[in-house]
Amino acid sequence: MSFFQSLLDHINYLGAVALFVIGLFTVVTHGNLIKRIMGINIMGTGIFLFFVAIGNVTGGLPPIIDPAEEGGTFINPLPSVLILTGIVVVVSITVYSLSLVVRIYETYGTTDQDEIAKMIREENDND
Amino acid sequence: MDDLIVKTVVRIIIPFVQLFGIYIILHGHVSPGGGFAGGTLIGTSFILYTLVFGIGPAKKKFSHRMSEFAESGGIILYLAIGVVGMVVAGSFLTNAEAGFPLGEAGSLLSGGMIPLLMIGIGIKVASTMVTLFHTLIEEETS
Amino acid sequence: MRKKLTGFVFVALFAILSINIMRMPGIFDETAPAYNEATRHYLEQSVEETGAVNVIAAVLTDYRAFDTLGETIVLFTAIVAVVSILRPFAKKKDPVGDRNG
Repeated sequence: MSFFQSLLDHINYLGAVALFVIGLFTVVTHGNLIKRIMGINIMGTGIFLFFVAIGNVTGGLPPIIDPAEEGGTFINPLPSVLILTGIVVVVSITVYSLSLVVRIYETYGTTDQDEIAKMIREENDND
Repeated sequence: MDDLIVKTVVRIIIPFVQLFGIYIILHGHVSPGGGFAGGTLIGTSFILYTLVFGIGPAKKKFSHRMSEFAESGGIILYLAIGVVGMVVAGSFLTNAEAGFPLGEAGSLLSGGMIPLLMIGIGIKVASTMVTLFHTLIEEETS
Repeated sequence: MRKKLTGFVFVALFAILSINIMRMPGIFDETAPAYNEATRHYLEQSVEETGAVNVIAAVLTDYRAFDTLGETIVLFTAIVAVVSILRPFAKKKDPVGDRNG
């Protein structure tokens, strides 16, 4: 069953693509603002998993070098380093969007995007 | 919350969580972890205290003034280490050329400026988490 | 009806992406394109040049310390942005602030 063997080899990338598609589905379908922000966060997590899984090498050891022993193949440390900075950026964007949602809720009284758009249209019609 | 079991258990657990976070920050150059993971652990211990005991007692433990010092102090520590490198050797943020003692690889006192940078990053990340949580949770007085 | 159509479009998107992913080599060996000269230099020379055993910490705070400085500035900017939105309306009652508290 080489198809199942190949499926098990690619399981990291398939999981990353599944997370990305689930996040995108959540953003497009729901009307609640907080669910959409969580969908963007899930999309970011999927991309991080894809990027870090590229550094895996056959028979690789974790990149902590023991100064006594010599040799051995280590996995690629560079994608993990770049993703550490990316995680912090995504967290900052999520927190800022959530604080904007707090302000929107106080102004309009709801967090549903269709009702907010209707209220804004009525305000523009009344002006 | 008013549950007695939760309050007692949290009061016992929080020092161990903070000790583990400090351990992960200080051993950042020897074992996996580093400044970001350890700072997140210390911030989570403060958030746990806020969730269980309410925001009034938590603001006494981590006030707005301490958040100001921690936020600015983390970046100023990082920049000071960089300027030391620039004054001594000529480039910003160098390790071996600026005279930081490297030590033998694998022991705790090794790496030159790496543990100091990890401490600065850890303080900054912990303070960021706690300040964001308190700002989002705080209710208006009107 | 609209939700079913959206669901069908997303299942097709997942199928297209996973068919193209199955064409990638499953696990790389040392001839991978991402395992280039920078990685080999970091793995071989980092114990002598930095004295740290953890390669990721050495790369993050010694070879690329300026990027980590930029990242701490990103965290600081996030705090400033959130506090500037949420804090000015929170204290309406007492103008003589709580500097004593």
